[in-house]
Amino acid sequence: MRGGLRVGLRIEEILVRGFLHLSVLVIFGGLGVILGYILYQGLGHVNLEFLLSSPKDMGREGGIFPAIIGTGALVGVALAVAVPMGVFAAVFLTEYARPGRFVRLIHYGVDTLAGVPSIVFGLFGFAFFVIFLGFGWSILSGGLTLACMILPYTIKATEEAIKAVPRDYREASLSLGATRWQTVVRVVLPVAAPGILTGVLLALGKAAGETAAILYTAGTSLHAPTSIMDPTRSLPIHLFILVSEGISFEKAYATASVLVILVLMVNLLAVYLMRIMVAKQRGK
Amino acid sequence: MISRRWYERIVEKFLLGSAVAAVLTVFLIGAFVLFEGFPILSAHGLGFLFGREWAPLQGVFGVFPMIVGTFYATFGALILSVPIGLACAVYLAEYAPRWFAEMIRPAVLLLAGIPSVVYGFFGVVVLVPFIMNHFGGWGFSLLAASVVLALMILPTMIGISEDAIRSVPRSYKEGSLALGATHWQTVKKVMLPAARSGLTAAVVLSLGKAAGETMAVLMVAGNVAAIPTSILDPLRTLTANVALEMSYAFGDHTRALFASGVLLLLVVIGLNTLLYLLPKRTGT
Repeated sequence: MRGGLRVGLRIEEILVRGFLHLSVLVIFGGLGVILGYILYQGLGHVNLEFLLSSPKDMGREGGIFPAIIGTGALVGVALAVAVPMGVFAAVFLTEYARPGRFVRLIHYGVDTLAGVPSIVFGLFGFAFFVIFLGFGWSILSGGLTLACMILPYTIKATEEAIKAVPRDYREASLSLGATRWQTVVRVVLPVAAPGILTGVLLALGKAAGETAAILYTAGTSLHAPTSIMDPTRSLPIHLFILVSEGISFEKAYATASVLVILVLMVNLLAVYLMRIMVAKQRGK
Repeated sequence: MISRRWYERIVEKFLLGSAVAAVLTVFLIGAFVLFEGFPILSAHGLGFLFGREWAPLQGVFGVFPMIVGTFYATFGALILSVPIGLACAVYLAEYAPRWFAEMIRPAVLLLAGIPSVVYGFFGVVVLVPFIMNHFGGWGFSLLAASVVLALMILPTMIGISEDAIRSVPRSYKEGSLALGATHWQTVKKVMLPAARSGLTAAVVLSLGKAAGETMAVLMVAGNVAAIPTSILDPLRTLTANVALEMSYAFGDHTRALFASGVLLLLVVIGLNTLLYLLPKRTGT
């Protein structure tokens, strides 16, 4: 009897292991196939001319230069607003505020913001930045909408990074007569910098790949923007329009490849920084 | 010294302001979306929620088919991704060799960063034709939407579940093994129940992500504003409805789209509140 039970358990164990292996294979195999397929179809059409020339005939011919500039400008505006605000908010939450109801309320707000669907950010950006503040369809409207979207991520990443700074550092600085703010600027933030940078890079990748939030705030103009009040078209929006209007699948593959490589590179850098940080912490 | 103290105070107030700004953004989003959407919600009320006909040009706004569409697509995605994602998390946390788990963790992060239009594009060029050729129908369908969404929420599902399983105290596992349980019995009867609240959080966050996803679903779902009767039928989600129609909507039509935004916000706030009510840690 007991022997039979044991054999049954062993078979179950083997079956489970098989299933678990299979799940990993299916997931990462599947996702790998997706990326591989897009790069395989697209990379052949990516060259310097594609990257540096303007689209012609709605994107059927030519390149994606204005979309690259537009993406850069949108992400630049978003980071310029969301990173300082996120860092300051996180410094307040970790170094100044006493834990309690108020801090919980702010965390609740931050988590809610992180869960808001991107299209709702788009609606808000349209009603607030485009119409109410009168910024029109522009890099400014789109960038500020993206800033709202990535703000919770910069706050959370900075909080995590600051919490990982050892307590003695602060105490040493304070005991030398430094004020709290001096301690934050000279001691805490420099030590937390790699962690903050990781969060900023992940937020950058998120902003660069976003479509729905900027579709009705930044516009879809094919011209290279010359000012922050110009409408623009980012890479994901260009890809979306190429596909949904059936303009050119060849150009769509190429645009998708550029977008994927861009985002992967940014995220890889973030992962690399994280590794360095973890190694540093283990070393100490 | 006094000026220095004032300086510190001003800095503290400024930091407080940044932290409050994050919460304020949530309020602003809620206020602006609600302000635009309220006239429709108050005038049509239940007719808006449960109306089965969406004919904006005739002034008939019933979003029930879209609510059902969002519900089907989200649950389709969860049915596909929860079991397999959980299996993958169990494998990574419990069975995988260390080097493998450490290689896969950053990969999960990288995959989470792939823009949604890229998933949508893959859906259009590979998944939709595949479904059309092998299962029949138009290809743009509930099935396609669910599969694309499932792929997109897998990184969230795996990442949070793995953290939850890893944070189960070691002693639980050792106690179970010492009593003669097999590894799988320990996982099934001890580890997973102990990680319950973290696993619930993983499912809830995945659910929110799936329900709020816009572009990828829009590209593969077919967007017919009718309740699907089979998994091969096209459908339209609330988010896709907004993204599709904002470009040409005006007047009450625009307000009806903002009212859909209000519904989405309510879902997010509901899910987030649910997460706050979950017990934070299990065990002692």
